[in-house]
Amino acid sequence: MSVLEISCVEVWREVSNYIDGEITLDLRTRIEAHCKACAHCTAILDGTKNVVRLIANGIQYDLPGGFSRRLYDKLKNK
Amino acid sequence: MSAPTPQPEPTEAELLRRAKNADKEAFYALVQPRERSLFAAAMAILNNPADAEDAVQDAVLKAFSHLSGFRAESKFSTWLTQITLNEARLKLRKDRRHLYDSLDEPQSGDEGEYSPKDFADWREIPSESLQREELKQALNRAVASLPPKYREVLLLRDVQSLSTSETAQILGLTPANVKIRLLRARLQMRDALAPGIDGSWSSGKSEYQKVRPW
Repeated sequence: MSVLEISCVEVWREVSNYIDGEITLDLRTRIEAHCKACAHCTAILDGTKNVVRLIANGIQYDLPGGFSRRLYDKLKNK
Repeated sequence: MSAPTPQPEPTEAELLRRAKNADKEAFYALVQPRERSLFAAAMAILNNPADAEDAVQDAVLKAFSHLSGFRAESKFSTWLTQITLNEARLKLRKDRRHLYDSLDEPQSGDEGEYSPKDFADWREIPSESLQREELKQALNRAVASLPPKYREVLLLRDVQSLSTSETAQILGLTPANVKIRLLRARLQMRDALAPGIDGSWSSGKSEYQKVRPW
């Protein structure tokens, strides 16, 4: 069965939905078929997947020291 | 003498009921487990720890004053995050440093396509690499370089792991808009981090070219 081709721009538009698993099976198949023949889109897809994983594990905003105490005092003294 | 019977932890509903009767301890018990995510939400807008802390404090005080307006049909954490983001936006608008940096950015809508700028073949970067300070710094710099409207969506979805619909509710956007902004944010993050993917995390070096055979 042949898979209907899609363009690079269409692949880029769906990168996020692809990573989140929020696309139809048909579209997933077409994206994967496109990527087999397109090094650019494979690079975009793999790179973005990697970035999403790194963001989840690597972005942390540590609370400044004494944050909880200052918040509690502020509320208490209101 | 028998041991004291352990008291069960009060439920969120019970704490809310007490907080609505001006019980500050009960209100703080509701807020305290959410401090970190509120701080992260404020950082998404303000990108400065001292300002973010001020915004969280203002938001918590405001939430306490307006608790009678909280309706049980929305989650308390969602409501509190909305107030924190609003306080952070107010603070950003008041801040003279951002006088000419409009949050609304009417000149750049979400409608146009975003085309990736860098097609480097991305090698697998294992999460263990995050122990390297330069990678952490590069990630933080890349997040900081995003326009606020993309940064807030990225942090709510990919750092705090909220769903598309929760993010949409907090930001007052449609789920479709959340998806568009998330796509932009992720692609821009990838472009911003691309100069480091040769492993050196220092842009502009000759090694950088090796991963771009075209």
